[in-house]
Amino acid sequence: MRVAGKGLNAHGAPVTFTFDGTTFEGREGDTLAAALLANDVRLVGRSFKYHRPRGILTAGSEEPNALVTMGTDAAQDPNIRATTQEIYDGLAARSQNAWPSLNRDVMAVNDLLSPFLSAGFYYKTFMWPKSFWEKVYEPIIRRAAGLGALSGATNEDTYEKAFAHCDVLIIGAGPAGLMAALTAARSGADVILADEDSQMGGRLLAETYDVDGQAGADWAAGIVEDLRGMANVRLMTRTTVTGAYDQGTYGALELVNHHRTPNAAVPRECFWRIVAKRSILCAGALERPIAFPNNDRPGIMTAGAVRTYLNRWGVAPGKSVTVFANNDDAHRTAVDLVDAGVTVAGVIDSRADAPQFGDYPVFKSGLVIATKGRLCLESITVQHSGGTRDIRTDCLAMSGGWNPTVHLTCHMNGRPTWDDYILSFVPTDGSIPGMSVAGAASGVFSTHGCLESGIKIAREVVLELGLTAGDIDMPSADDSAYRIEPLWQVEGKGRKWLDFQNDVHVKDINLAAQENFRSVEHMKRYTTQGMATDQGKNSNVSALAVLADATGRGIPETGTTTFRPPYVPVSIGAMGAGAQGHGFAPERHMTSHHATLDRGAPMIEAGLWYRPSYFPKTGETTWLESCNREVNMVRNTVGICDVSTLGKIDIQGPDAAAFLDFVYCNTFLTLKENRVRYGLMLREDGYVMDDGTTARLGPNQYVMTTTTAAAGQVMKHLDWVSQALRPDLDVRFGSVTEQWAQFAVAGPKSRDLLNSILDQGIDGESWPFMACGDVQISGVAGRLFRISFSGEHAYEIAVPSRYGASLFRQLCAQAEAMGGGVYGMEALNVLRIEKGFITHSEIHGRVNAADIGFGRMVSQKKDCIGNTASQRPDVVGGEREQLVGLKPIDPKGKLTAGAHLFVDGADAVRVNDQGYVTSVCYSPTLGHDLALGFLLDGHNRHGETVQLVDHLRGVETVCEVCHPVFLDPDNTRAKETSNG
Amino acid sequence: MRLPCPLCGERDRREFYYQGHATMLDRPARDAGIDAWDDYLHNRDNIAGEVEDLWHHEAGCGAWIKVTRNTVTHEVSGAKLVNGARK
Ligand SMILES: [Zn+2]
Repeated sequence: MRVAGKGLNAHGAPVTFTFDGTTFEGREGDTLAAALLANDVRLVGRSFKYHRPRGILTAGSEEPNALVTMGTDAAQDPNIRATTQEIYDGLAARSQNAWPSLNRDVMAVNDLLSPFLSAGFYYKTFMWPKSFWEKVYEPIIRRAAGLGALSGATNEDTYEKAFAHCDVLIIGAGPAGLMAALTAARSGADVILADEDSQMGGRLLAETYDVDGQAGADWAAGIVEDLRGMANVRLMTRTTVTGAYDQGTYGALELVNHHRTPNAAVPRECFWRIVAKRSILCAGALERPIAFPNNDRPGIMTAGAVRTYLNRWGVAPGKSVTVFANNDDAHRTAVDLVDAGVTVAGVIDSRADAPQFGDYPVFKSGLVIATKGRLCLESITVQHSGGTRDIRTDCLAMSGGWNPTVHLTCHMNGRPTWDDYILSFVPTDGSIPGMSVAGAASGVFSTHGCLESGIKIAREVVLELGLTAGDIDMPSADDSAYRIEPLWQVEGKGRKWLDFQNDVHVKDINLAAQENFRSVEHMKRYTTQGMATDQGKNSNVSALAVLADATGRGIPETGTTTFRPPYVPVSIGAMGAGAQGHGFAPERHMTSHHATLDRGAPMIEAGLWYRPSYFPKTGETTWLESCNREVNMVRNTVGICDVSTLGKIDIQGPDAAAFLDFVYCNTFLTLKENRVRYGLMLREDGYVMDDGTTARLGPNQYVMTTTTAAAGQVMKHLDWVSQALRPDLDVRFGSVTEQWAQFAVAGPKSRDLLNSILDQGIDGESWPFMACGDVQISGVAGRLFRISFSGEHAYEIAVPSRYGASLFRQLCAQAEAMGGGVYGMEALNVLRIEKGFITHSEIHGRVNAADIGFGRMVSQKKDCIGNTASQRPDVVGGEREQLVGLKPIDPKGKLTAGAHLFVDGADAVRVNDQGYVTSVCYSPTLGHDLALGFLLDGHNRHGETVQLVDHLRGVETVCEVCHPVFLDPDNTRAKETSNG
Repeated sequence: MRLPCPLCGERDRREFYYQGHATMLDRPARDAGIDAWDDYLHNRDNIAGEVEDLWHHEAGCGAWIKVTRNTVTHEVSGAKLVNGARK
């Protein structure tokens, strides 16, 4: 219920929202949790395993219970913390893990079965039969247990990711963070101040302390205004720093539009990578519950959260509140409630010398030993120095002390240090290079201490950055001592819950210890303590204390589990922002792309490139029909194919030829101007890296082509060779793949076609096979190469990319007028297999030059990359699988890529394996299937028959082994010189 | 993770391609013998501590750099062009 006049948003406008279909009214500035409590809604969810009724425990992102689902269908977003979700008009939230309703949840039967569902239950019970794991046990467990569900539909929300850079990143904008930011900013540093709340101020928004004579929240607002006015400060609200990474990189999640009506034009979340020279962690502290019997009933909350609801949002979470604590700080909850006119039925303080700060009953040496109330707390049983009594109460504010938020300091394997004074872990110095810690996160709990430490740490940081620390006046503030006595668990009948989200209680930890899961990491896996969305933020330290007790060790010796990023859950949508669908990878389009689509060609991906598979003609019903036509067209008339995707590297300099000689295994020093040579490139280990042609365009200029697939790798390799191995060579090179559009013109009529478009015609004598040179097309300077990947009389013509689309249309029109046309990748593949030309199907990284029949190409007159390794005894003398051609004995026989080869009649099992098939096609030229493959000692087995076996596709075909060149072995077509 | 490219300054590691240990810089002579080549090509120590390894500023200036990096602490203490003379 609301307390009149209380709350920072006391004058906030009314906001209407629904929870489980019921309409409620809240106030602008409320979180969903605050608005639900204002409407006396206590029961908000069912627990993970036992489906116990649960209410709101905290007022922050550490909330384990109050998880809701928002949105429907594709926009369904589960496990949203009601404690951080701000309300807006029309917000609709649903509870999770309850059916048919929150009040009557049938799976609550699990709670009655709890004696059988203890820690390790799944491991012990669902052991066998093994076949039941996936099909029976897992679906049952998944249905019964769990948090919110996804819709299964593709998420249409937009997400964003971004980079930011600064001198000092300050994480958390409470009193320490604000002072640190002000100090760093006044010293001239570029500052980013990030806070996960919608409003900066941290605990000052939740407390009634004064700072510098003003209400803490007002003071904080003033500092934020100062910071906002400074050009070197960037304020990031609703932004949680989620991880600390190497070299000052931090991940951060900004909830850009969670607090407003969903809007497709605005990203829902943004994932930031912030690079900071230094950072100051001012993340504050998290309050821990106490493990007493049945401490999980709705209405039992942390004491600090009760203060937050009262002071920030003017909500009293109960009519008659009790407080249970082991420290002074929790007494402030009683003081604030009494001041606000809310009944405080008692403060149960476990200490014999418990203080009294106001007008409320204090039960010294007090313990809460039992609670009652099925769907909401009704009463507690208190044992204290004066005896035992029942107290009627609908809200119990508990505090077992505060844990500094050390998480980020542990993200690079740092381990926190136990502090006996505050009975918790504090960050260990130097855990994250470049990160300092200030305020409550460092174990300093008074407001004065936090302000002071923010200034002090920021001064140290700016001095280290070489700046002059600006002068900051220390504001006056409360400096009460933090007094606490250990209290981890209370004996009594009933389960004493530790991890509310995973339904782990004290007995589970004891059982883990008993069953020898004594290491804290083992205990975590055995019990699930500290898993899921809250990662045990409330419960880890208490669970360690219980484990320490159960194993007879101290807490420091027991140690902590490893805190890993992210600090709060980060949606995959945010981390992968922009990478959905077409954003997954960049697309590279050729200049012929649109014309190709216009012709109805299906595209296939070749690396990042999109290339036409085939160009269907009216009446053709299968790809093979089109492919066969295109192959015949090239063999008989002329075909056009865009080959711009091949890598093109322009190489220049006096030592360019020597450089080529070093990266190719064959000789390039002897290549004449206006001539092209095929080159084979090896890796240093002697295996083939890539192949292609290189043209000499001038005395010191060459253009190397690479395969489409290896263009990037070759460029990187050339960089390596020139920078690391041969800096003595005077050579420069750059990729010009994007600068030139290049088209194959292939077939007996190729020269005729070219002569119809070139400004100056060519003839067979001046343009023999492997010639190259400059040409003009309608006044545009281009390059012509007489090379052939089809075995036909063929050319490749290149023009600057801006003329590519135009030249492609012109070439196609001309080819069609001559009875030819355009061809795609399928036909290109058939043409090259018929000629035994290799691609990366053959040079797949495990073959050397000798394996593909190019052993003699490795010149021994010079050194080159891969020269020495290619002469290894096992390569030269060993029996290896070598490139062969395969054709079916029966012309109808089917060949498949990936099939294996066996001696005819041998069992088709691994030990008899003789080789494998790398490329196959149906050859319309020869009228049967063809294959390229590797066969043991294959070069010496031409004419033998082998059995091709494809177990996956159920194919068995007897084949003849032959030379890999099936067509025109003397290359007479490509070398054609007549001028007809 | 950030790497200091001697030409471009400090950059996100996504701009770099990782190659491996800087052994690759010490290419043996052609006739150094099979053992020297075997070591060069295949044998690497798995060092816990300071290592020198090779990175290519692939999405940047194209420089190959030798980075001094600690595999235990992840500290990056320096980077040089593989051919320091040609800065
Ligand atoms: Zn660079």
